[in-house]
Amino acid sequence: MTPKDRMYTRTHEWVKVEDNEALVGITDHAQDSLGDITFIELPKIGSKLKKSGECGVIESVKAASDLYSPISGTVTDVNEALETTPEDVNTDPYGKGWIFKLNNINQNEIAELMDADAYEKFLESEE
Amino acid sequence: MPMQYEGIIKEHEATRNAAAIFDTCHMGEFLISGAQAVTELENLLSCSVASIKIGQCKYGFLCNHKGGVIDDQILYRMDENRFFMVVNASTESEDFQWIKDHLSSSTSIVNLSAETAKIDLQGPQSAKILQKLVSDPIADMKFYHFKHNYYKSEQVLISRTGYTGEIGFEIYLSPQSALQFWDDCINLGATPAGLGARDTLRLEMGFPLYGHELNQDTNAAESGLCRSIANKKFIGSEVVLDSSLVKKCLKGIVLEGRRAARHGDKILNQDKEEIGYLTSGSYSPSLQKAVAMGYVLLSYAVNEQKVFVKTDRGELTGNITETPFYKGATGRNNLANYL
Repeated sequence: MTPKDRMYTRTHEWVKVEDNEALVGITDHAQDSLGDITFIELPKIGSKLKKSGECGVIESVKAASDLYSPISGTVTDVNEALETTPEDVNTDPYGKGWIFKLNNINQNEIAELMDADAYEKFLESEE
Repeated sequence: MPMQYEGIIKEHEATRNAAAIFDTCHMGEFLISGAQAVTELENLLSCSVASIKIGQCKYGFLCNHKGGVIDDQILYRMDENRFFMVVNASTESEDFQWIKDHLSSSTSIVNLSAETAKIDLQGPQSAKILQKLVSDPIADMKFYHFKHNYYKSEQVLISRTGYTGEIGFEIYLSPQSALQFWDDCINLGATPAGLGARDTLRLEMGFPLYGHELNQDTNAAESGLCRSIANKKFIGSEVVLDSSLVKKCLKGIVLEGRRAARHGDKILNQDKEEIGYLTSGSYSPSLQKAVAMGYVLLSYAVNEQKVFVKTDRGELTGNITETPFYKGATGRNNLANYL
C-alpha cells in the first residue's frame, strides 16, 4: 500500500511535507527493484538541491542508482543510521528508511508531483 | 538460475549459517572414456590426471596454445579409463568441440548435459539434509571425492565439492528427479539461492569466475592457482610453466567501506599510476565491506600494499590481501561434525 500522506516522483522518490520541512526517501517499488541495499551516499547537510537534481547514490549488491531530489530546498538533516544499516531502506522505506530532510522548500513544486493513487497508476503503466 | 529468490544477502547468510540450494542444471557434463583417456586428458588439462584416484575429483584448466584458459573444469575419475568432466554452461559447446578435436579415435566423448540435472546443496546444515534424502551413509565422504548414492530408487552421483567454501555437495541426477529433490531440500530447511548469492559467496572465498578472473587471453599461471597447474606437459604448458612470462598476478583487495568497485575498474598505486585492473568486485555480506579481485603488476602485488581503485563514481581506497577474504568457511572440515 502506498502511503497517502506523501507525494511521489517518476524516479520513485517520495516526499512528505510538514510545515516548511520536507522528508525524503525512496518508495517500496524502488527498494524492491534495487534489492539488498549495501551503501548510500547521503547528500551533504547545507547543500542546496534543485528539483530532479542528483543528490546522492544508492548501491545494492548488484546495482547502483542515482538519488534525485523531488523538490528544491536546503538539506537540514540526513539519516546517518543508514551509514551502518542501509538495509533500513529495504525493510522500512517509508519510516526508518527516510534519507534526508529539506527546508526552504517551494510548495508549488509539491503540487507538480504525483499523489499515492497517481503513483500506483504510474507503476502499473510501467509494467 | 535467477539472480535471487528472496534476497541476495538472506541467501548468502543462509549458505554460511544453515543450508542453501542452487539450481546449476545449466552446467555441462561430459563422459570421456577409452584406453588412452588418461594420456589424452593429460594433454588437455593443467591438472595431473593419472594421479586422480577412482572416486576422486580434481579442478584444473583447459588451456589454449597461448596459455589462456578455455574453461575451468572438475574431472571425476569414475574408473581406470572413464572420466566425468563438469564445465561451465557458457563454454559447454566450445569445450566439447575442443576436447573432441584433440582426442584420438580410441577415446570417446559423450555430451550428457541435456540429460543431467545438477543441484548444489551447500552450508553447515547441508549434510544433515542430504543424509535424510539418500539411502547410503555419506559420513565418510572426503573433500573433492564423490560416490554414487540413491535418491528414492534412482542412482545419483554426489561429490563433496562446491562453489561457496562451505561444507556442501553437488548432486547429479535425472531432470525428472531434480524437481522433487529441490522441493525435498526446501521442506528440510534449505533456502533457494540464486546467482547473486553464488557470486558473493565465491568472491568471499577468492574463487575465480570464468569470464572474469579466467579467460582465453590471460595466462593461467597468473591466476596463482598453482595447485591446479601440476601437469608437466599439456596444450599451453610452454607458456603457463614459463615463469618469465608471468607479468601480473591475481590478488584480493579489501576496500575501505561498503562502496563496491566492479569488474574493469583500474587499480592505482600510491602515486595514482595504473598497476592493474579488477576482475570482480562486490559488497561482501560476511565482512560487511566491499571486496574485489584483480590482476596487479608483480612488483606491486604485495599484501598490505595500499591501493586506489578508480570507479565511475570516484576513487576508493583499499589494501591488497590474500584470499579467502572470509576465514570461517567450513568446506574442508570433518564431515562427521556436521551430521
